[in-house]
Amino acid sequence: MGTERSWNLIFISWFVASVATLGSLFFSEVMKYPPCVLCWYQRICMYPLVVILLLGLFPLDGKVLRYASPLALIGAGVASYHNLLYYKILPQSAAPCSQGVSCTSVHIEWFGFVTIPLLSLVAFGSILVLHLFAYRSYRHEK
Amino acid sequence: MKNKVLIVSAAAVLLVLGFFLGRGQYKSSESARVSDVLTTSGSTLVRDYSPVLGEPNAKVTLVEFLDPECESCRLVYPHVKSLLKEFHGKLRLVVRYAPFHGNSRFAIKILEGARRQDKYWQALDVLFNYQPQWGSHHDPNPERIWGYLPDEGIDVERVRKEFTDPAIEKMIEQEIADGQELGVRQTPTFFVNGKKLEELNLEGLRAAIEKEL
Repeated sequence: MGTERSWNLIFISWFVASVATLGSLFFSEVMKYPPCVLCWYQRICMYPLVVILLLGLFPLDGKVLRYASPLALIGAGVASYHNLLYYKILPQSAAPCSQGVSCTSVHIEWFGFVTIPLLSLVAFGSILVLHLFAYRSYRHEK
Repeated sequence: MKNKVLIVSAAAVLLVLGFFLGRGQYKSSESARVSDVLTTSGSTLVRDYSPVLGEPNAKVTLVEFLDPECESCRLVYPHVKSLLKEFHGKLRLVVRYAPFHGNSRFAIKILEGARRQDKYWQALDVLFNYQPQWGSHHDPNPERIWGYLPDEGIDVERVRKEFTDPAIEKMIEQEIADGQELGVRQTPTFFVNGKKLEELNLEGLRAAIEKEL
């Protein structure tokens, strides 16, 4: 039962990572929004999750959480920083992207508050939470 | 196990399908929006201040959103000029700006300064010719542009004086706003008689012009 539950949780986290990956590709390749530097760092953490988590599902291998969670954690860290800049909680001068694409230029704003960095933070955050629960069930099962 | 493979495969197919459906949806709604902008406000595409090259009353108007610091614009520009020669009297070029690079505004201000001396097209040639020197990605140095201007007999001191003119700054803001309105996200972006060229392709550009003749 425990493995069933952890499989499901890892599967959902894979799904979230896939949605985030395709979503970011949609923004850059279809809508042609150029990704800023911070966005690239978050992509570096997100894209591998699609492959790593999938491999951990067949057959179920709880160790995948050990390999995937650090990426999600780093991604969440960058995303948090990005959001702080974006919502002007940190001053813009602290932004590392003085040239090229600004990390604080607003591309989408759904319902007045949903922006690309927020979507990223939600994705990384939910992956981390899912991994936490998956880890518990997997350990419990063992 | 078999079930799980099925679930994951179905999810993957669903995701990819969703991506491509969304892509089609987005493209058609975006082109509808742009054509709506074009029909409701013709001046978004060509402003009365926009520089024009070629016969002013030509049958075909080619609008190019360009950036003096963009490499593709530099590569395409000789082809645009040869099209102007080939369709002499029937084609005119209207330049709009899409400043997407770090020093684009700097270069545009110089262009606009040169324009006040009737040296606009010469200055554009100079900027594109020397672009690898002043606009290299590894060592951009727009100050170098000043040194190239006398080649074409441009009065550098005058350009320097007009460089900070707020009117030019205001015009650049207008260019950016119009570009956003028209969905210009890459340079160069061409409009042939108000129809956006979806893919940057020289053959396609010529075909689009010939269609309008």
